[in-house]
Parts: sequence; structure tokens; C-alpha cells
Amino acid sequence: MTDTLAKTVFGRLSWESLPFHEPILLGTFIVVVLLGLGVVGAVTRFGLWGYLWKEWFTSVDHKKIGIMYIILGIIMLLRGFADALMMRLQQAIAFGSNPGYLPPSHYDQIFTAHGTIMIFFVAIPLVVGLINFVMPLQIGARDVAFPFLNNLSFWLTVSGAVLTMISLFVGEFARTGWLSYAPLAELAYSPDTGVDYYLWSLQIAGVGTTLSAINMVATIVKMRAPGMTMMKMPVFTWTALCSNVLAIAIFPALTAAFFLLMLDRYVGTHFFTNELGGAPMMYWNMVWIWGHPEVYVLILPAFGIYSEITSTFTGKRLFGYNSMVYATVVITILSYLVWLHHFFTMGAGPSVNSFFGIATMVIAIPTGAKVFNWLFTMYKGDIRYDVPMMWVVAFMITFVVGGMTGVLLAIPPADFVLHNSLFLVAHFHNTIIGGVVFGLFAGMVYWFPKAFGFKLDPWWGKVGFWGWVIGYWLAWTPIYIVGLMGNTRRVNHFDDPSIQPYFIVALIGAVVILIGVLGFVMSIVMGFVKRKQLADTTGDPWNGRTLEWSTSSPPPAYNFAVTPVVHDLDAWHDMKTRGYRRPASGFKPIHMPKNTAAGIILAGLATVLGFAMIWYIWWLAALAFAGLLVTAIGHTFNFKRDYYIPQDEVARTEAKRPLPLGAGA
Amino acid sequence: MTQHVTIAREEPVIWHLAEEEHPASPTGLGFWIYLMSDALIFASLFAMFGVVSTAFAGGPGPRQIFDLPLVALNTAFLLASSITFGQAIPHMEAGRVGPTRFWLAITGLLGAAFVGVELYEFSHMIAEGAGPDRSAFLSSFFALVGTHGAHVTVGLIWIATLLIQLGSQGLSEAMKRRVMCLSMFWHFLDIIWIGVFTFVYLYGVIR
Repeated sequence: MTDTLAKTVFGRLSWESLPFHEPILLGTFIVVVLLGLGVVGAVTRFGLWGYLWKEWFTSVDHKKIGIMYIILGIIMLLRGFADALMMRLQQAIAFGSNPGYLPPSHYDQIFTAHGTIMIFFVAIPLVVGLINFVMPLQIGARDVAFPFLNNLSFWLTVSGAVLTMISLFVGEFARTGWLSYAPLAELAYSPDTGVDYYLWSLQIAGVGTTLSAINMVATIVKMRAPGMTMMKMPVFTWTALCSNVLAIAIFPALTAAFFLLMLDRYVGTHFFTNELGGAPMMYWNMVWIWGHPEVYVLILPAFGIYSEITSTFTGKRLFGYNSMVYATVVITILSYLVWLHHFFTMGAGPSVNSFFGIATMVIAIPTGAKVFNWLFTMYKGDIRYDVPMMWVVAFMITFVVGGMTGVLLAIPPADFVLHNSLFLVAHFHNTIIGGVVFGLFAGMVYWFPKAFGFKLDPWWGKVGFWGWVIGYWLAWTPIYIVGLMGNTRRVNHFDDPSIQPYFIVALIGAVVILIGVLGFVMSIVMGFVKRKQLADTTGDPWNGRTLEWSTSSPPPAYNFAVTPVVHDLDAWHDMKTRGYRRPASGFKPIHMPKNTAAGIILAGLATVLGFAMIWYIWWLAALAFAGLLVTAIGHTFNFKRDYYIPQDEVARTEAKRPLPLGAGA
Repeated sequence: MTQHVTIAREEPVIWHLAEEEHPASPTGLGFWIYLMSDALIFASLFAMFGVVSTAFAGGPGPRQIFDLPLVALNTAFLLASSITFGQAIPHMEAGRVGPTRFWLAITGLLGAAFVGVELYEFSHMIAEGAGPDRSAFLSSFFALVGTHGAHVTVGLIWIATLLIQLGSQGLSEAMKRRVMCLSMFWHFLDIIWIGVFTFVYLYGVIR
């Protein structure tokens, strides 16, 4: 009787679900709880709850939402990177009679969590965050098209991240790899909560990402400053547009695949099972129709970042702007036509494999064109090797190698040999670290002064840079080699002691990357300490070329006191060279969206819904779902969503800017 | 570059507008893009159905379980509801609240009838042992048709909400936009249903 009662109230949640018997997890749990209590205590001590709630959590300001996305990304990077270190350590010691310190079930959770977190909760939030912060400023807009939706998207992403983090301590995470392939992810083979955590957290975060993508596309299409035609859009905005169009085109496939897998697990349907007609490979198809373009969703904005930085730090107009735009569009389209190269070994036949192999190789052409454009921009340029530019150069060298191994893997016969090997793992880390992560660091260093009014500390920035670059090559070159020799991925113990040195070097590389991570964190800390010295009073610390540098650092809530009119691709450079002076009077009241708590409440309820569904606590799930409906509908009854910033307040804010912009030019 | 400079010398350059630009609301475009993403969810479900549409696993096939006259009636309900929604739009644009609400309510009734018949069809099939766990074919049938039905249900909730809001707000710009978005949503579901009716029901029975 009490047993059924407990089942009704708590579903499958019990004391057994907590990690009392796992010393590693228990230790982590205690540290996280203490840290969490420390943060909560500090916020309470300094009375910051009201400030955080009013100015940040409920904010619809795209700049604040962008910054919150980036903070989320950095926090999750620390978690994902800790997973990486644990895996490297395990693989460096688990040889012969030494089983290492991670049992297979734990090791499998770690590589699954590492991949899932790094893509969904590090790369996506960082990319979306940068787009959120920069793009509206670049196009001279005052906010995004749907400010509330933006806030909701962010909190839904947080909701997914929170569920993933809960799985560390309550129950298990998936042990099925970062895409949770069927039929392994079916209930019959993965009966515990792991895959359910995976599905619910990614499904909730995925809704957020889709909504955000719709928002960004509508913003770019509808809200550009007068005069900014499509071919006068900064390259970063172009790549943001293509990236978000692509995201809209692919996330539905992932949503559908996860939805069907959920039905399999919860309702007992047979989409991807081995019995009663199920088609497991259909899951692979749908997931990779999302998965391959997704890497382009991430890398295209990184390409945009490199373009902006290259042209700023060489003091030149970008070489081949038109070809850069067309290359971006072509990559967007082609990336949708290559998914099958992730499972050439499925047995689709030579003609299908040839099509996808060739389509994959063709992507190297527009990408190569981009690399040459950057090189030609630098050619005879007046190059300033500040930290952002250093990242660009490291990217070009590193990424080209990743691109070439990609073309190698695109050849189906070669892929049959290298499929599922560490060579593949080294390849995609090469492109994602060397392409996306380097770009994100470059972008964060580049736009940091715009967001906070001071530059990051350059010395620590260089420590971070060299740590990442040297660490990357140390960690992944040996993995390339053992992969080429036939080592398969996702293995937690090796019999052959002759390959151990490679894994030890890889571990050393990972530790060097740790220096890179810490260096980056330190560059923020030391930047804050030295913020007086590193302050940016002009709003244009790098001698930039696009509109975001024409406003103050940090920009006021309304971004631009007057709507800029664009005459040239490098709009701000054009303004500076032609002696533009910003107005000191004649301001009008500015129409702005109001903050709202609806986003964080909806996301909170979504988290509860996910948790309840994961643990089969049906009454709580029903309650949370009803709450979601009521809150969503209730929000539509709120018609007072905007306000005006009065004229004199605008005038006061503008008067505080120390130097009239453009005065120095 | 040179071209710009020449222009600049000829006439004063306008660098900014003091007045705020008021571009047309982005809501229509945004909602349209959302519908396209939703269409891709349906495309995925159709693809899934296409792959397993003959995976009966020894269970019942389309001819045993589809009651075409009933589905035809249901199709008529949904198509008629699109016509009645179309009746509401000119009234909405002219700002006539009463007739707009009337036609919306009729649309809602037809939609409710559609969902009711679909639920009856589902329960009947499950009672006969042709539930979603019987075979991959039935799984994907229930997923595809059920997802469409769930969308129609959301549409019904939306209609009810708008009926209330039209009562209190009248036809403000914001309300007109909402009615327009709902209209796109509703017609979109009609188009999806035509695909379902053709490829799932008719094609299932004739092949």
C-alpha cells in the first residue's frame, strides 16, 4: 500500500536515485552545493536579488539576454571541459590490467554528457548569445523583432541545461552517445532515466533555439537601419541570417525525431525499435538531417566573426565581400544535402553514398574561397596582432587541417575504414575547436569592451590563447594518429600498451587546454580589476568599421539615440572618414518594450514538466502542463507591453558620453 | 567608393533620422516562418510514415481499419471551417467585432466536431486492437494524424481565447494581427490535412 502510494507521489524517484554510493559524484555534488550556497549567500548578502530579477532575469533587452546566454555558455563550458579531462585521464591510465578509475557505465555517461553539453549548452548559447548581442547593434536596431520571445528562448535553454545538470546528481544521464542512437536508446536497452533526461532537456532547449532563430531572421529581414540593403549588411549579420535560417530548417527534424523516440519510450510505439516493423535507421537519418547542418549553424557565425575581425585589424575593407556572402549562402544550402555521410556504412548503396560523398567534398570549395578572402584581406594590410586577430590566424591554420581530414572522410571507401574511429573524433574536434571555439573566443574578446566598457586583460588573453592553441595540437594530434591506426571511439579501456604514450600526450594536451580555459577566465577577472586602465570611453576601441562601434560602450538601453542611415557596407568607417558628428540635441522619446516575468515562469514550469515526466511523476507533470497553458494564455491578456523613454532622459544619457563620436577621425 | 564621395560633395548626406522608423510589424513574417518550421515537423512525420507505411507486422492494414465515409465527413468539417474562417476576415478588416466573433465561433464549432470525430475514430481503432503499439505503421499513423489533431486542438483554445479578447479589446491593431495569425494557422492545418487525407487514407486504401 505505501509502496503504491510512494509510486504515485514520487514516480520512480527514490533515495536510490541519489549518488550516495558513488564517491566521485558525491564529492562533486558537495562541491557544487557549497558553491551554489556561496553564490546564493553572496547575492543575498549584497541584496542583489531585486536587481538581478528586475534588470536581468525579466529583461527583454537583447544585449542583456545575449550576455546571459554567454554566461550560461561559459558555465557549461567548465562542466563540459571537466568531463573532457576525466575522459582523457581515464584513457591515459586504463591499459592492460589497470581498469582506470571510471567504470564503463560512468564513462559512457561522461562522453554522452560531454558531447551533449558542448554542442547544446556551450556552442549554441555562445553563438546565439553573440548574435543576440551584436547583430541588432550592427543593423542599427533598438531591439530584436520579438523581445519577449527572446527572453523566453533564453530561459528555455537554461531549463534544458538545468535538467542536464540535475541528472548528474539525481538518477543517471544517458549512456548512448551524444545523439542517443536508436535502438540503443529504446526502453528495452536503456530502461533508466538517462535517455529521458537527454530527450526532455534537449527538447525544451530545442524549442528555445527554434524560437530564437525565428526571432533573429525576422529581426534581420525587417529591422535594418534605413539604407542598409541586403548587400550592405555586415558579414557577421549575413552569417547570422544564414545560420538562423538553417536552424529553422533543421530543428524541426530533431524535434520530430526526439518526439517519436519519446513516444517509443513512453507510449510503446514502434518507430525505431527492432520489432514490429520499426525502422531504427530512420532515427539516424532524421537526427543527422539536423546534426550535420547544425555544425554549420555554429560555424557560419564564427566565419562572420573572423571576417569582422580580419577587416578591422588589418584596417581594410573585407576582400571579396560579395563572394563571402555567396559562399555563406552556398554553404547553407549544401550543408542540408550531406547528412548521410555520417553513416555511409548503413548500406544505402554506391550511388547514394557517391552523391553524399561528392556533395560533402563540394562544401570545401566555398569554404576555401572564404579562407582566401581572409588571406587577401590581410595581404598588404596594416595588421594589428591584438588578441582577437591572433585567434583568427590560429583558426586559419588549425581549421584548414580539419577541413582536409573532412574531405578525406567524405570519400566513402576511406570512411568505411575510419568510421567510428578516433580519427573521426579528432576531425570534428579539429573543426569545432579550431573553427567554432576559436571564433567564439575571438568574438568574445572583440566585443567584450562593447558590452562592458573595458577591454579584457591582454596578457591573460594571450595565456588563454596559447594554452588553447598549443593544447589543442598536443591533445588531438596523437588522437588523429591512433585513430588512423584503427582505434575506435567511446572505449574506456585498452589492451595494447604500445598506444598508451599517445593517450598520455593527449592528456598533457588537455591539461594545457585547461591553462587556456583558466587564462580566459583570468583575462575577465584581471580585465575587471584593471577596468580603469582598460576602459573604452569612445565606444570604438578597435577602430571598428560597423555600426555597433558608433554607439557608446556599453550601449544605452535604446542602443541608438537617433536612427542611423547607412550609405556604405562599412557604415561606421564611412561615417568616420566623412566627418559625421553625432547630434547633441533634438532627441525624441524612444519607444521600448517592457520587461516581463512570463519567460522565466514558463521556463520554470517547463523544467518541472520535464523532471516530472523523466521520473514518471504523472500528477506533477499534469500540473506543470496546466500551469504552462494558463501562464501562456494569461500572458496574451497583457496588452501593456511597451513604454517610452522620455526625451530628457535620452538627452541626459547622451550628454554623459565623454567624447563626441567621430571627433577624432 | 569614389561614387559615394562624389555624391557626398554634391548634396548633404543624411546620417540619421531623429524620428523613429516605424517599420511594418514583423509579426506576420515571424509567424509565417514559424509555420514553415511546423511544416517541417509534419514533413518529418510524413517521411516517417512513408518509410513504415507498409510495416504492418502482421497486424491490420489500412483497408481493415480506415472508415473512409467517416473520414470524408471529417474532411468536410475541416474544409468548411476554413471557409467560415474566410468569412470572418473581411469583417475583421472592416473592424466589425460582432460578425468576426460569430464566424470565429462557427469555425470553432466545426473544428471541435473534427476533433470529436477523430477521437471517436482513434478510440474505435484502439478498442479493435489497432492501437499505436501494434505495428510501426499504426505508430506512425497515430503520430501523424494525432499531431495534426493536437494542432487543431491548440487552434480551438486559441479561438476561445480570441473570442474573449475580442469582447474586451475590440478590433485593435494587435487583435487584428492575432486574428490574422490564427487564420494562417488554421488554413495551414487544412493544407496539412489534405496531405494526410490523400497520402494516409486514400493512398492507403487504394494500394
